[in-house]
Amino acid sequence: MNTIQDIQNEIIDEFGILGDDKESTIYYIMELGAKLPEFPESEKTEENIIKGCQSKVWLTTQENEDKIVFLADSNTDITKGLISLLIRVLSGRKPQEILHAQLDFIDKIGMGNIIGSQRSNGLAAMIKQMKLYALAYQTKQNA
Amino acid sequence: MPINLEDIRSLFPILHQEVNGKPLVYLDNAATTQKPQAVLDALSNYYELDNSNIHRGAHTLADRATRYYEKTRTLIKEYINAKEEAEIIFTKGTTESINLVAATFGRKFITKGDEILISTMEHHANIVPWQMLCEEKEAILKIIPINDSGEILMEEFDKLLNENTKLVSIVHVSNALGTINPVKEIIQKAHRFGAKVLLDGAQSTSHLDVNVQDLDCDFLAFSAHKLFGPTGLGILYGKRNILESMPPYQGGGEMIKEVTFAKTTYNDIPFKFEAGTPNIADVIAFQKALEFINDLGKSDIKKQEDDLLSYATDLLGEIKGFIPIGTAKDKVSVISFNLNGMHPFDVGMMLDANGIAVRTGHHCTQPLMQRFGIEGTVRASFSVYNTKSEIDVLVAAVAKIAKIKNK
Repeated sequence: MNTIQDIQNEIIDEFGILGDDKESTIYYIMELGAKLPEFPESEKTEENIIKGCQSKVWLTTQENEDKIVFLADSNTDITKGLISLLIRVLSGRKPQEILHAQLDFIDKIGMGNIIGSQRSNGLAAMIKQMKLYALAYQTKQNA
Repeated sequence: MPINLEDIRSLFPILHQEVNGKPLVYLDNAATTQKPQAVLDALSNYYELDNSNIHRGAHTLADRATRYYEKTRTLIKEYINAKEEAEIIFTKGTTESINLVAATFGRKFITKGDEILISTMEHHANIVPWQMLCEEKEAILKIIPINDSGEILMEEFDKLLNENTKLVSIVHVSNALGTINPVKEIIQKAHRFGAKVLLDGAQSTSHLDVNVQDLDCDFLAFSAHKLFGPTGLGILYGKRNILESMPPYQGGGEMIKEVTFAKTTYNDIPFKFEAGTPNIADVIAFQKALEFINDLGKSDIKKQEDDLLSYATDLLGEIKGFIPIGTAKDKVSVISFNLNGMHPFDVGMMLDANGIAVRTGHHCTQPLMQRFGIEGTVRASFSVYNTKSEIDVLVAAVAKIAKIKNK
């Protein structure tokens, strides 16, 4: 499996092709979101909502041996696309990898300029929640 | 005289720029209007030439600043046809104007069991201050319902009015829907029960001729920044006898007549409500915004905006998946809408990528959004400097975005 850094570099290359065109970038992000696996309706609970996001975001996990698989959904297509990027980088990895991941692709693709400050805060909240899950898994594994 | 758009647009430097590689199409005028060069010049001129603290200064600069400052009060008095300058109070904005009334009129005159009426389409600034007051005073906040077009149900308003109604605080023009409410009738009916009426004029004062004596409203709250003026400046109009009967708002300089440690006596209106050094520069610069409006004339402005509204309403209405929110018969140049299957936030971002500035979300009217069963809308709001070709850009972009989910 590719490392977190490999995947990040892939994403940086993909967005590099799109260049500065904001509209095509947004369309691309939305397309990525549309490809996310279906999120179970039963998991759309108040508990699974990430606080700090302007739009609604649900995040939950499945254990796969020693790895964490993230499942997420949003009521807005652009946010869903953003989560799909995080899932592509972090899902299916060991807690320790997730905890130590330096997610530099977000800055390198100029995400702040594309999505604006409100959604950037939401993105930060998503990353924080994913790392919290990883921390909880790690604690459980070490127990 | 018909409005020459090229001439008007040349007065607004901000409009001549590109956003995301596209010419800026600014359609967020209900949030704030842009400022003509004369307002910007007045701001810098004030600090370059006249800056001084007003009132009681024994020197020339202070005297000059005071005169310019008070001249704005006169222009505002004329703009809304108040009887006298003393009825014009400067605040931070519409929100503070409403809070001032809640904190003073409300504190003194609202008691247990009294009723305050507002409508379903109020901005949070005309909901929360009354909720806070009602909680403190054990008074009752009642809500006038609206129909599916976004119009007040007048027969329901009639039913809600009674001897306990002490205040009707109502929006003149809805920020989220553009609905123009029949406020003259509302005021007349409320007065029959002895209730006072506060008009939230944040949206109406830029589009309509608002004449406080003709309307006979007791209070009118509005903001300079929605009238081509600077941010951070609001106005509260109140009838003299009511303002005089109200206790002061904040304590400090300017609002006093005489201070001793035993007792302080208060200044006359309007100064009684203007504690502290006010927003002098913005007040002075606001004159130029009012002059801009007066030079064009309210009726010509309205005609230009109505043209844009009907042009945009017709074209957008043809787009598959376009859902208008708020279709009142009487509207100002605001179009709130959703696109079938799309979140307003996404639509707003895609419009921004096309250089088009609109507002998305609940527009600080969450109860109104709940009434329509939606999370929010996309709102395009037009001002006198907008053009039909800008509407064409909006329509083309909306049509393209709508196609994503409405093929």
